[in-house]
Amino acid sequence: MSLYVTELRRLAKRRLTRVMLVLLVLGLTGIVTAFAFSSHKLSPAVIAQAQAESDANFRDAVKDWERSIADCDAAKARGEQTEDRYGPNCGRDWKPTPEMFDPKWNLPYQFDFRAEFGVFIAVFAGAVALFAFLIGASFVGAEWSTGGMMNLLLWRPKRLTVLGTKLAAVLTTLTGVTVVLGALWTLAFWLIASNRGTTEKVTSGVWQSAGISGLRAWGLILAVGAVAFALASLGRHTAMALGVAVGVGVVSEIGIRIAMTIAGVRFGDRWVLSTYALAWFEKKWTLVDYRSCELVQGECTPKEMLVTWQDSALVFGIGTAVVMVAAFWMMRRRDIT
Amino acid sequence: MSAVLEIEGLRKTYKSRRRGVRNALDGFDMRVEAGQVHGFLGPNGSGKTTTLRTLLGLIQPDGGRMAILGHEVPGALPTVAGQVGAIVESPQFFPHFSARDTLSLLAGAGDVPAVRVDEVLELVGLRDRAGERVKTYSLGMKQRLAVASALLKNPKLLILDEPANGLDPGGIREMRTLMRTLAESGMTVVLSSHILGEIQLICDEVTIISLGRRVAAGPVEQVLAQHSHGGVRVRLDAAEDLAAAAELLGRAGVAVTRHPDHLMLAGVDKPATVSRLLAEQHLYVSELAPVAVDLESVFLEITATAPVPGQHRQVDQSAKIGEPGHAGTTGGWGA
Repeated sequence: MSLYVTELRRLAKRRLTRVMLVLLVLGLTGIVTAFAFSSHKLSPAVIAQAQAESDANFRDAVKDWERSIADCDAAKARGEQTEDRYGPNCGRDWKPTPEMFDPKWNLPYQFDFRAEFGVFIAVFAGAVALFAFLIGASFVGAEWSTGGMMNLLLWRPKRLTVLGTKLAAVLTTLTGVTVVLGALWTLAFWLIASNRGTTEKVTSGVWQSAGISGLRAWGLILAVGAVAFALASLGRHTAMALGVAVGVGVVSEIGIRIAMTIAGVRFGDRWVLSTYALAWFEKKWTLVDYRSCELVQGECTPKEMLVTWQDSALVFGIGTAVVMVAAFWMMRRRDIT
Repeated sequence: MSAVLEIEGLRKTYKSRRRGVRNALDGFDMRVEAGQVHGFLGPNGSGKTTTLRTLLGLIQPDGGRMAILGHEVPGALPTVAGQVGAIVESPQFFPHFSARDTLSLLAGAGDVPAVRVDEVLELVGLRDRAGERVKTYSLGMKQRLAVASALLKNPKLLILDEPANGLDPGGIREMRTLMRTLAESGMTVVLSSHILGEIQLICDEVTIISLGRRVAAGPVEQVLAQHSHGGVRVRLDAAEDLAAAAELLGRAGVAVTRHPDHLMLAGVDKPATVSRLLAEQHLYVSELAPVAVDLESVFLEITATAPVPGQHRQVDQSAKIGEPGHAGTTGGWGA
């Protein structure tokens, strides 16, 4: 227990942890602030103003239409060709109608908590996952590269226990940060929706769905932190994790995508990691093979492939487990020089 | 006397496709008695640090036996770790933590009372700079911090790898005094250093390693005596008598080297016999001085690492036990 508490203290004392936490909070605060200003509550006065704007626009359009017909008739009387410019029958058939000027178009943006908060859970998860990656990688990577790990092992000569305790400290910290900031994030958007948006139709089912999305976000954050930790431990340097992340990003998102397209592989995006990230947040992600209609005459519905969040759990779970096992195995086997 | 540290036949082999097989430790033996300050010497790449790392569980040995405080290691390291303080090679600490934070976290990990942090900071002279970040420390200050971290547990066995590295002359003297004080308080100290004058001054016994094997061990005086070769410098009242004296001593079986104003004799057990032998032939000595050897010259001789003019000795070129006069051709890297 003392080692666990010490590692929590060590992580909290690290400058990178503090700086990145401040940056994370500033970034999230910036998003919330900007969003709060962009959302406007649709009060009766705002709706009436939008209606008035719409009516005025309609009247202006009618006037323009009438002027256009008059201009067209005058041109016709001078013997000019009018079809190209004014259309047939001087455009009399195109009289503007009130339906063409929907007042909604003049309404300012209003945040709808029910419809849109899910997207912001994904945004939050992305930001915290980045934080998790840096903290997880540097916590063990810097310990290796500065000799801190060796010092610690002289005190606690149980390699797996030491590595496991450090990992537990990272995951605990990430959980704490996720829970606290996640609660503040939810509260902030609820307040935005309450004061400058709408909370209509936010039923218990909506909260339940948001809660499940939050759990998936938490799982992703922990997985990213754990993978970064394991990679940095394998390479005994923070840069190892960063290098692998960049490498995987380039290979998966660019290399595989191009290779699959050139090779003509059906549903090539199923080999791309971001597909599973999208499915993880959206619960399911549909891949469409438009080439399946290439030689079909007439109506064709392209073939589809569904990637579910369970598929994502399998991919990310196996990937995380493999890296973790490798890190602990190497910790047990490799000499510390 | 009981042994605090025992190493028998320790072996560590590194295999590399490019560099082949190298024996960093090749059946190394070492024994340190309780309450000693024990010097652990060897040329660069001889296996000192590999030995210490293996002993402390950082490197897995390929063979041999090790015991600390009567417990077989590395198996029993978790049991004895609380009684062993160690620094291995250069002091390395997280640069953005202060000395107090560094020691406080170590104390936390090892269940050491927090009050001990200030005690060791005082002991190594870092009390007034304890709140500063380690990155601002000089090498000597980092070295002091490393010693402080090793002392934090108030260990029974203290292992220090080059503790005087980077210290100023005052710091070296303080470190010497500290080692002796700790030994007098009952702590056993194993000291790896290349400052052989210091080792000779403060160590009770030494172990010398070369190419992964022990080449000498025992009390310092004994090791020096074994390699003194009975050297004696002789000057005569009349320098023109040196030739006659050299011939006389040579006939008596003494190895003589002539110099312009004196003779150097080797293999002389009792210098008084030289005086008597010469006096019998009316050759009178004005100086008869046994040539004292120091640990440095013994070390250079044993390990065959004395510099030779015009030659550039390579790291792996040192003596291997059982191969007299043969500058080693194998072993050594990775230490």
